[in-house]
Amino acid sequence: MTELSMTQSAHPKVGTTGADAEKRLKARYRAEKRFRAYGLVSIAIALLFLAVLLASIIAKGASAFTQTFIELPVTFDAETIDPDGSREHSALSAADYRTLINAALEKKFPEIAGDRTAKRDVQRLVSQGAELELRKMVLADPKIIGTSAEIWLPASSAADQVLKGNAAHDESSGLSEGALAKLDLLKAAGTLKRRFNTYLFTNGDSRQPELAGLIGAVVGSFYSLAITIALSFPLGVAAAVYLEEFASKNRWTDLIEVNINNLAAVPSIVFGLLALEIFLNVLGLPRSAPLVGGLALTLVSLPTIIISARVALKAVPPWIREAAQGLGASRQQMVMHHVLPLAMPGILTGTIIAMARAIGESAPLLMIGMVAFVVDIPATPVDPATALPVQVYLWAASPERAFVERTSAAILVLLACLAVMNATAIYLRKKFERRW
Amino acid sequence: MQFLTLVLALLLISAMVYRLGARQAVRLGGGAKGGLHSLPSYYGYYVALWCGIPALILAAGWMIFSPLILKSLVLDTLPPDTLTLPAARLSLLMNEVKQMAASGDYRFASDDVARGAAERYHSLRTISFAAMTVAALSTALIGAWWGMRRVSPKLRARNAVEGMVTLFLIASSTVAIFTTIGIVLSLLFESLRFFAKIPITDFLFGLNWSPQTAMRADQVGSSGAFGAVPLFTGTLLISVIAMIVAVPVGLLSAIYMAEYAHPKFRAVAKPLLEILAGIPTVVYGFFAVLTVAPALRGLGGSLGFNISAESALSTGIVMGVMIIPFISSLSDDVISAVPDALRHGSYGLGATHSETIRQVVLPAALPGIVGGVLLAVSRAIGETMIVVMAAGLSAHLTANPFQSVTTVTVQIVTLLVGDQEFDSPKTLSAFALGLVLFCVTLALNVVALNVVRKYREKYD
Repeated sequence: MTELSMTQSAHPKVGTTGADAEKRLKARYRAEKRFRAYGLVSIAIALLFLAVLLASIIAKGASAFTQTFIELPVTFDAETIDPDGSREHSALSAADYRTLINAALEKKFPEIAGDRTAKRDVQRLVSQGAELELRKMVLADPKIIGTSAEIWLPASSAADQVLKGNAAHDESSGLSEGALAKLDLLKAAGTLKRRFNTYLFTNGDSRQPELAGLIGAVVGSFYSLAITIALSFPLGVAAAVYLEEFASKNRWTDLIEVNINNLAAVPSIVFGLLALEIFLNVLGLPRSAPLVGGLALTLVSLPTIIISARVALKAVPPWIREAAQGLGASRQQMVMHHVLPLAMPGILTGTIIAMARAIGESAPLLMIGMVAFVVDIPATPVDPATALPVQVYLWAASPERAFVERTSAAILVLLACLAVMNATAIYLRKKFERRW
Repeated sequence: MQFLTLVLALLLISAMVYRLGARQAVRLGGGAKGGLHSLPSYYGYYVALWCGIPALILAAGWMIFSPLILKSLVLDTLPPDTLTLPAARLSLLMNEVKQMAASGDYRFASDDVARGAAERYHSLRTISFAAMTVAALSTALIGAWWGMRRVSPKLRARNAVEGMVTLFLIASSTVAIFTTIGIVLSLLFESLRFFAKIPITDFLFGLNWSPQTAMRADQVGSSGAFGAVPLFTGTLLISVIAMIVAVPVGLLSAIYMAEYAHPKFRAVAKPLLEILAGIPTVVYGFFAVLTVAPALRGLGGSLGFNISAESALSTGIVMGVMIIPFISSLSDDVISAVPDALRHGSYGLGATHSETIRQVVLPAALPGIVGGVLLAVSRAIGETMIVVMAAGLSAHLTANPFQSVTTVTVQIVTLLVGDQEFDSPKTLSAFALGLVLFCVTLALNVVALNVVRKYREKYD
């Protein structure tokens, strides 16, 4: 009582009734509302950022899933393709198909004959990939030599970008006035069309944006991830089982625990440095190989898997263990036959989430050289390769305008992979979640 | 690939031996399980382990050591004038030889010596692999025979098998220790080589960073300067900007989620926020370069500032957004862990909800929040892809967020991507930077984890 009267005497004006108190109360309620609004606004800011990020990438990347094709009257001239008439595979694959395309262009635009500048302008509308396309056709069926046909051939990236509206309709697009005029002619004549971009999913990397594809990076990511899963899942589960079920609490296990928690927070680039020094310099494993990438990602994801597996093991109630041991099971039988199967859904969920992180990880891969320009699709895990996120990084650094949409498309593919993995994890959790 | 086939073959043989062992045990036990010490399957595992483990160890050891032996064998046969080449040239030659031998394509050999060596390497490797296959398979068979011989009803098969399993479990749990030791040793080893060339004080306190060393000794002005202070300040500047974005937004979202939000709102908003954490950082980097930096540049231009295209501001903002979910989910956890008794006491004294949060809940949750923020700082410092793509390359000693700065991780990447020479300070300096990065993040983590742990003990 004395304390209360003392505080009242220290603030003589403070009362609980009257206009003054009313005012104060209103101010306090206003502060309450403001504080609440701050929270909502923060969430809104974060979500707005997410929305802008996704929207900008989808807006930029969506157009990369289609590609412009030009219809040209190609004559498979026997003189150009196979002057000897031998029809040998080597002769057919070494033939000069660009000449066929140039001839087709002259046929389409008879007015450019004799005008070298105009010829060169028009030739820039057709992709280099058109030659590969024609070669593929001839090799598949040498009988077409000597015939003519209207064939849809891929347009160059500059023409593609102008038509998609990603580049301005002027010389900044990389096409000259003459070429742009011809492009408009083609468009008006209906000999241009946009098709689904299969190159994006069937080609390896290329310097030509219109030919660059993701399959090499996807295969590289797949190999790395397969190695990561094959190593980090058994090792992680074994470590978690030991620490949770068998280890006695002593300084050694304490040290291991502190270590795992610290490793989980070590920047991934440091793991890259470790992989560079140990796997490449000391053990002499090949550079740029998904094998080494997988090993590095194993080290990165191991702590996460151990931590989540321990949480899942902890959630199995102790009476399961007591019942198993009461029936005469050894401790290992108890763990292997009862505890581990019950904890498995939780462990799998944690593992999938860790793998989703690993697939988006690029810093350690940069360290071990998985950033090379690799055209070939890796056949084994020791061939040079890149990975999906690294391909995003490489394309983002390319100066050509057309790579902007390719990069966004690659990001969309990467995000789709992540979405599938995370959805699987959520499904597993929902389906097998048990309340004891 | 061939090696994988061999491993698969060994596993297959072990699986077959497992059946044999189990059947043998039942036969010896007189057909009934009663006469055996362990379940028949344990006898199977026992024999399978004897069959598989020694063979696999042999094969793995062979794979690790045979390249070294092959290399010395090939080096011995090289002509003497090739052997007197400088070490760097020689290792380059050996790399070429190995690559040609691996691909079996000798067309692009630089000279006849390399071609001959490659062919020799290739044939030696084929012989070595064949020898390994024979050795591994016979070890497997001898192991299986030995295991089968030991199978008897009295054999304590379960104890033996469980012993092996325990060994595997213990070995797995030490991988974490070995990883840490590996990190420390590899960083320390290369850093010491670096500090032998550049004094450690020059590195830690020098104000000038330009790691391009001269190609020729007589070149001017390119001796290479390795003062890392501009990198540290650049990292710090970007991290501070990221924290200015992430801490208020993350903390306020966490407070709203934990204290105000309707469960339905929470069920939608929380996973959406977590999506931000799941997006790969390379995507953030692309977003920073393509959307945020030009937007900020335009905004700055209209306000009369000159904002660099690689400004610390745009990089920091995007990094901050990446960290928001990290801070919000950690803070959400600690705020939810504050006991309700504290809140009820405060309401009982007439405090409003926000007054309770600010004056009771937050002070109680402060250690946990500080721990979370420290972890977030360590993540910001170690973040690589965003800064590699969005921040600059040249080191400026500045605190101006509109200018471009470079960071420790950016320099590590630029120094190590491309040609590496492990005898030049340029490449080695990346490891010194990595060591600094590791030490700083480790210190932050240890402090943060201790703070969080102490706090947990208080309320559990």
